[in-house]
Amino acid sequence: MTAPLDQKNMEMSLKHVRKPLAHDSAEKHVRGTATYIDDIVEPLDTLHVVPGWTRQAVRGRIQSVDLEEVEKASGVVAVLTAEDIKGINDCSSAFGGDPVLAEEEILFFGQVVFAVVAETREEARKATLKAKIDVKPITPILTPEDAVDADTTVLPDYQFRRGSPETGMQASEEVLSGSMFIGGQEHFYLEGQVAMALPQEDGGMLVHTSTQHPTEVQHTVAKVLGVPDATITAEIRRMGGGFGGKESQANQWASLAALAAQKTGRTCKLRLDRDDDMIMTGKRHDFKVDWKVGYDTSGKIRAVDMEFLARCGYSADLSLGVNDRTLFHSDSSYFYPDALIRSRRLRTDTCSNTAFRGFGGPQGMLAAERLIDAIAITLGKDPLDVRKLNFYDGERNLTPYGMPVEEYEVMHDLISQIEESSDYWQRRDEIKEFNENNAVLKKGLALTPVKFGISFTLKHLNQAGALVHLYTDGSVHLNHGGTEMGQGLYQKVAQVVAEEFGVSLDKVVITATNTSKVPNTGPTAASSGTDLNAMAAKNAAQVIKGRLIEFLCEQHQCGPEAVHFGDNKVIVGDQSFALSEIAKLAHMARIQMSHAGFYATPGITWDRESVTGRPFYYFAFGGACAEVTIDTMTGEMTVDRVDILHDVGHSLNPAIDVGQIEGGFVQGMGWLTTEELVWDEQGRLRTHAPSTYKIPTASDLPEDFRVKLYESSGNPKETVYRSKAVGEPPVMLANAVFCAIVDAVASLNPGEVPDLHAPATPESIMRAVQDLRRRKAGS
Amino acid sequence: MRDTIRFLKNGEMVELENVGPTETVLDYLRLRRRDTGTKEGCGEGDCGACTVAVGRLIDGKLIYQPINSCIQLLGMLDGAELVTVEDLTNDEKLHPVQNALVEFHGSQCGFCTPGFVMTLFTLYHADSKEESRKTVIEWLAGNLCRCTGYRPIVEAALDACFETVDDVFSWRANQTREKLQELADSRDIFIGDSSKFFSAPVTLDGLAAFYGQHPDATLVAGATDVGLWITKQLRDLPKMIWLGRIQGLDRVEESPSGVLIGATATFEATEAAMTRLSPDLGELWKRIGSKQVRASGTVGGNIANGSPIGDSPPALIALGATLELQSAEDSRALPLEEFFIDYGKQDRGADEFVTGLFVPRLAANQAFRCYKISKRFDQDISSVMGAFRFTIVDNIITDARVVFGGMAGTPKRAGGSEAALKGASLDDPSTWGAGMQSLLTDYTPMTDMRASAEYRMETARALLAKALMEISGTPAKDLRVLAKREADHDRAA
Repeated sequence: MTAPLDQKNMEMSLKHVRKPLAHDSAEKHVRGTATYIDDIVEPLDTLHVVPGWTRQAVRGRIQSVDLEEVEKASGVVAVLTAEDIKGINDCSSAFGGDPVLAEEEILFFGQVVFAVVAETREEARKATLKAKIDVKPITPILTPEDAVDADTTVLPDYQFRRGSPETGMQASEEVLSGSMFIGGQEHFYLEGQVAMALPQEDGGMLVHTSTQHPTEVQHTVAKVLGVPDATITAEIRRMGGGFGGKESQANQWASLAALAAQKTGRTCKLRLDRDDDMIMTGKRHDFKVDWKVGYDTSGKIRAVDMEFLARCGYSADLSLGVNDRTLFHSDSSYFYPDALIRSRRLRTDTCSNTAFRGFGGPQGMLAAERLIDAIAITLGKDPLDVRKLNFYDGERNLTPYGMPVEEYEVMHDLISQIEESSDYWQRRDEIKEFNENNAVLKKGLALTPVKFGISFTLKHLNQAGALVHLYTDGSVHLNHGGTEMGQGLYQKVAQVVAEEFGVSLDKVVITATNTSKVPNTGPTAASSGTDLNAMAAKNAAQVIKGRLIEFLCEQHQCGPEAVHFGDNKVIVGDQSFALSEIAKLAHMARIQMSHAGFYATPGITWDRESVTGRPFYYFAFGGACAEVTIDTMTGEMTVDRVDILHDVGHSLNPAIDVGQIEGGFVQGMGWLTTEELVWDEQGRLRTHAPSTYKIPTASDLPEDFRVKLYESSGNPKETVYRSKAVGEPPVMLANAVFCAIVDAVASLNPGEVPDLHAPATPESIMRAVQDLRRRKAGS
Repeated sequence: MRDTIRFLKNGEMVELENVGPTETVLDYLRLRRRDTGTKEGCGEGDCGACTVAVGRLIDGKLIYQPINSCIQLLGMLDGAELVTVEDLTNDEKLHPVQNALVEFHGSQCGFCTPGFVMTLFTLYHADSKEESRKTVIEWLAGNLCRCTGYRPIVEAALDACFETVDDVFSWRANQTREKLQELADSRDIFIGDSSKFFSAPVTLDGLAAFYGQHPDATLVAGATDVGLWITKQLRDLPKMIWLGRIQGLDRVEESPSGVLIGATATFEATEAAMTRLSPDLGELWKRIGSKQVRASGTVGGNIANGSPIGDSPPALIALGATLELQSAEDSRALPLEEFFIDYGKQDRGADEFVTGLFVPRLAANQAFRCYKISKRFDQDISSVMGAFRFTIVDNIITDARVVFGGMAGTPKRAGGSEAALKGASLDDPSTWGAGMQSLLTDYTPMTDMRASAEYRMETARALLAKALMEISGTPAKDLRVLAKREADHDRAA
């Protein structure tokens, strides 16, 4: 009889998990053979769909739509309008208000009014330009402030309140207040929105869709076509990037492709032009944050009052969850004894803002860092000291929404490690000296924490299914409800399943996410893809394995402890079999070798109505230290060095996790520096192509970039192999860059808080610089 | 006359009779050949997902350059070797750059990856390159990746691209050279009919005569601008004349008096000569577009189209460049600044075309500085572009050329400021004020998505001040955040 394995031995014996394996598609990526939807060989009769809209209107009532010239244009087979919709004209996730095709009103610049179906994509694109759409304009509401004045919202206000912030504020030795603008962000997935619908028998439809949420696409298409969910199958093997932008935003394009296919009976493909994509789809929410903080002369916070005014756009979309998450993260890593944290979900006549990696969390955390910076600068203290002073600890460990930060020691340890490894204090001195000796260039340094809540705050989304088959040759078919957008989910789940069956990875065949294999799934979002789907797949594999063990025990008259799976073999007592042998025997003995696994995250009790309960299974932690140089004549900025230490529990795949951390950081840095969304006074988006919207490029990578995984003793919660989620938290590591810029600007006029807004473009930095200089001259 | 285009693909000659005037290389690959390894990311040459390599004989050497296939016209492949991601593996074995990308975890979603592979392939084949992170970044700035944050890609490049070249392309380089030589004939190309055609004359006189017959035709050199008229503006451009086959039009001639740049000389081909004119000009050249754009885009085209997004004209005007134009009847030269009449309007006759540009060398007592301000350092368009040439006698400015882009509808000299700076002393910053003050009346900038009018004006003044500080002796490292990445040039006046 084998002795029970202790934890260490078990880790030693792990063959696949915790290994830095390449992405499952890495070789296909570099060969150009990884298939994206636009690469799928099309049936011969395929038509192309291009959405039509009017550049003349931002908000207004449609007076007339003349499509005669469009219909007559070369190659045009059909033109779709709202009248072609047999089901319901709505592609929203939950709340309604997102028409697939406009009926009476233009709600924002980029609203789709019709769609052209033509033999070629070029013909369809050219035909859309021939429409004559007459719109009676309505003065649009564009900014959060305008929306506050007009009192227009997409959803009711919401707030967290603890203690008495009013009394706390009065009792504070010092009080500071301010406002901050935080810009939105375009996803800029390299593969734009795309869908291809193939008509099936009996009115059904197979929809290839680049989406993080195939179930929602399936249900939306069924709703729009007016057919049962069961007749629609949505499938996605991989996306060329998602970042939240293909969570709800894929619905409209899949619906239009399916509508065209329903109308013409032919395969129809819709791939958005990049400019259309950037104009029509939602982005990260931009905010105005009004804040007030009461604190004592040591820098300890007593009371906080924050109001988050979010530009949600023309519809609710996912704004409920996004703005809730902003509130959940408005504490960053700091204890607020008395707190009032308010959220307004403002309706503006702009594209409907949506999920974006971090889902509102980054904006909440950035505002919290502003409070800390303001206190530190005003008191003449180092911001890191003030950060640490306000960290959650053993006594002060309850968030404003009542969930304890149980792992505060991990947070403290991680921050002190990076404080040391980044030579924070020595570099602080060097930077002081540099700034004293340089009139034009100024350096800044900041070390900021990340604490990110893991779980969907909408409880029912915390479930997942998987479908695993073991075939008689010993190969394993793996399917689950999670989608692959580059984050390495498929590979991590495959590693877990290979580990479970004791087979080499090449025996585990990864298959495309498909709503007919695993139904009623949640989106691959909230960083939860691996936590949920790997557990579901593990469950499926365990059940199949359990059946085999039971069968073998019967056959060999032994106990389950005598059966071991490993190295593509099954050991029974002192006998060794190939897994394929056992699978064949089990099949002959009529053992089911397929299972639909399931997982639901335990312990989540959040009740939004009563603002009680536990919203998150656990927190992921991280820390980043950034050094920047700014030019106080032009506002130009370089990121000189970044140190990152990030907590992923026991990593399932360190290579993939480091990739998520680095990529998330750089994406967050882009959000806070070069990526600026600009709408003109009429409400038209002016930055709708990479020529005008600047995501980071290779030269924006910090010259000195040091990224490490925190040496964790494992997730205290029973997650898959004690790992932690990693998708979103690293975005907020970039707060360090923004705070370092604040630090650099602050050096111009010690004691005064720079009024820096995000993104910190050269112009934004210059405004903050000039404002501080003016204040200096005035004082 | 030839009514086909011919190029090499995978060692074989491809000859096409059917070439649309606006057909792009990317559409040819994806729609005609169904080779889907090459991706479309943006359709405007800004993301690099569609990067392919194009091999040509340049001074007898086989050079591979990265090209944005989404805005490159198919006809422009004539006489070249086209290399796509599908061609790189050898008996299923990965190419060294592909291998390195896998090994360093350089792909996540993978959509941008074929483009990176192809840019790295061209870096792998580039000769006389300095093995450094700086080199890699310079090559990669035109390939956007939204997933990785670039670190693993840069490391893969450092690992793979500086080895001795050893791949299918190096093994068969001699055959490739021979085949390319065979393709190089001196016949005019004309595909189509008189109402819709792709043509490529081989002589200037031939061009003059042909353009005289078709003054409504579109002249295209590198297609980095014209390509967008097709893919983004969806313009019908039935008559296309490609200038790339005109012999000698791509010349770059350096003489003691200056540099003569032929109309079809690319940014890439002129970079070394520009760096020798002034280190600042070299640094500016490196920040125009991306490697892909500079390999196709021409200095002449940047000027001739009067693109308001040209970052080179302010610098060239400050240096006193003259533009040369020709038509069937006539030829003339004019100071570059006079060519730009108004936004979108240039001094170019209906059948006139640019033949070249002369950029004079700086005199011993002249100093030149230029600065590009943009939201992102690389592959971006300036919000403000400042360029300055000062003639200095005994530390007194005797002549100033002050030119800005982004401050008006065209690149424009600051007449008032130039006058006010005459007589200013490098030793006395209080004498600079009038020159800076005059900018307020020299320009009325506008607000757009790149910057506000106020920022533009303030920055213009700051850049002039910066130039004066530098030539008065403040080291560049104290005045430029990018000094550490710029070449360590001696910028002494």
